[in-house]
Amino acid sequence: MSWVNAVVQGVLLGGLYALVAAGLSLVFGVMRIVNLAHGVLAVVAAYGALVLGRALGLHPFLALLLVVPAMAAIGYLLQRGLLDRALRGGELAPLLVTFGLAIVLQNVLLEAFSADNQRLSVGALGTSGVRIADGLSIGWFPLLAALTGVAVIAGLGRFLARTRTGRAMRAASDDPEAARLMGVDDRRIYAVATALALATVAVAGVFLGARSTFDPAAGATTLIFAFEAVVIGGLGSLWGTLAGGIVLGVAQGLGAAVDPAYGVLAGHLVFLAVLAVKPRGLFPSAVTA
Amino acid sequence: MTAPLLEVTGVGKRFGRLTVLDDVSLSVAPGEAFGIVGPNGAGKSTLLNVVNGVLSPDAGTVRLDGADVTRSGAAARCRAGIGRSYQVPRPFGGMTVFENALVAASFGTGARGRAAAEGAWRALETAGLTGVADTPAGALRLLDRKRLELARALATGPRLVLLDEIAGGLTEAEVPALVETVRDLGRQGVAVVWIEHVVHALVAVVTRLMCLTYGRVLAVGEPRAVLADPQVVEVYLGSTIGTDDPVVEGTP
Repeated sequence: MSWVNAVVQGVLLGGLYALVAAGLSLVFGVMRIVNLAHGVLAVVAAYGALVLGRALGLHPFLALLLVVPAMAAIGYLLQRGLLDRALRGGELAPLLVTFGLAIVLQNVLLEAFSADNQRLSVGALGTSGVRIADGLSIGWFPLLAALTGVAVIAGLGRFLARTRTGRAMRAASDDPEAARLMGVDDRRIYAVATALALATVAVAGVFLGARSTFDPAAGATTLIFAFEAVVIGGLGSLWGTLAGGIVLGVAQGLGAAVDPAYGVLAGHLVFLAVLAVKPRGLFPSAVTA
Repeated sequence: MTAPLLEVTGVGKRFGRLTVLDDVSLSVAPGEAFGIVGPNGAGKSTLLNVVNGVLSPDAGTVRLDGADVTRSGAAARCRAGIGRSYQVPRPFGGMTVFENALVAASFGTGARGRAAAEGAWRALETAGLTGVADTPAGALRLLDRKRLELARALATGPRLVLLDEIAGGLTEAEVPALVETVRDLGRQGVAVVWIEHVVHALVAVVTRLMCLTYGRVLAVGEPRAVLADPQVVEVYLGSTIGTDDPVVEGTP
């Protein structure tokens, strides 16, 4: 039964990883930018919820009502002010710029909040759950996190497939110059994509901050898990990212069932194995050339 | 004569030390069909890129309906009414044919919902693509890719369409239908600037013809007069008798 439990918990964790990775996948899919600041931005959102909790006594989920629009606005400005310029500097420039941004943000957080561990409290939700059988129970919080991950991926997928702006995003991702010839303002579309990505990373950051402790340096681990989920699933494919997150979560769950110290290692090993066997990921996007 | 829809004045463009366009001027009236011929490398596609804002010129101005658009970007010019097809088709491969046209109709005209979908569908009808509307554009054969270029340019609701060698690769039997399509554009009041190596198709439609060589205007005027010009015969038509046939060469 402990194996079944490990798989179930792994699937739920994978849903959370997919939630974290969705924005990374979107930004890569649309603009071909690997946003190395993605992890730190999730941590920034968690601190945002923490501050709102302390100042106004808001529950972390209520704080999302403010943190999500704020992060979306930051994303829009970030794209317009910084990443657009970086994109004109070739493929390496966005990588360096987001890497630099990650370092700056991490140190700003360190200055403002010190290196102390923090945690967002979601009350009884964080510890209660439902017992399915002996040795198998599902916590409400991990379940909610996983369902949110699925909902965000499905929502983004629907947005890209069905809406005017979503189609323009796919067009600009395919061929930005041809998209401009159709009247698409690709700079604005890119800014909307980054705003959406940061809105999802805000949700992810609050879930991460409520699930376990965080500190200003937590962005690095967050980025690695998100990155692994995106690469395992296939670059630029949203549903692939969900699958990648679940593969990573289950690998970590099974590894931890063998020995708690092996959890993260097992995830990395599966990531390396996928890279070796299917370097384009399990579900490579048809669009990605 | 009515005021020109498109007015290009003294346009120059260099890539490094290579002068691609040198003091090129032309004007096109509303609903007029204007043809451009010239040997490969004459700067024809570059001229279209300057007209629709993909490239900005080093000298000269581009006016659309009297307004100076020289410094505005390609997206803005598309919304202002300039549609463009590429010589080498560049469909959005991951989207269906209909979605390709829908993006053009939504953003080129600013239409939404049903109006955008109807505009896209009309463009597909004009280009003869309704049968493959749900096919991924990346899976189209070359001829249909060329048609999709035309459909997307039309879906943006243009007052001026820039066509870049859309007849290249067509069979002789298919050319008359294309000629008819372009004529229809004129009847609807849409002006056309058409670069083409298939000269007989061009002459069947355009009222004026320009021959471009080494980035300069060699001759411009009534199509048959331009084609009979000894200089044009020498630099352009003369080469058809040579080893490389530009009619074939112009096909990607």
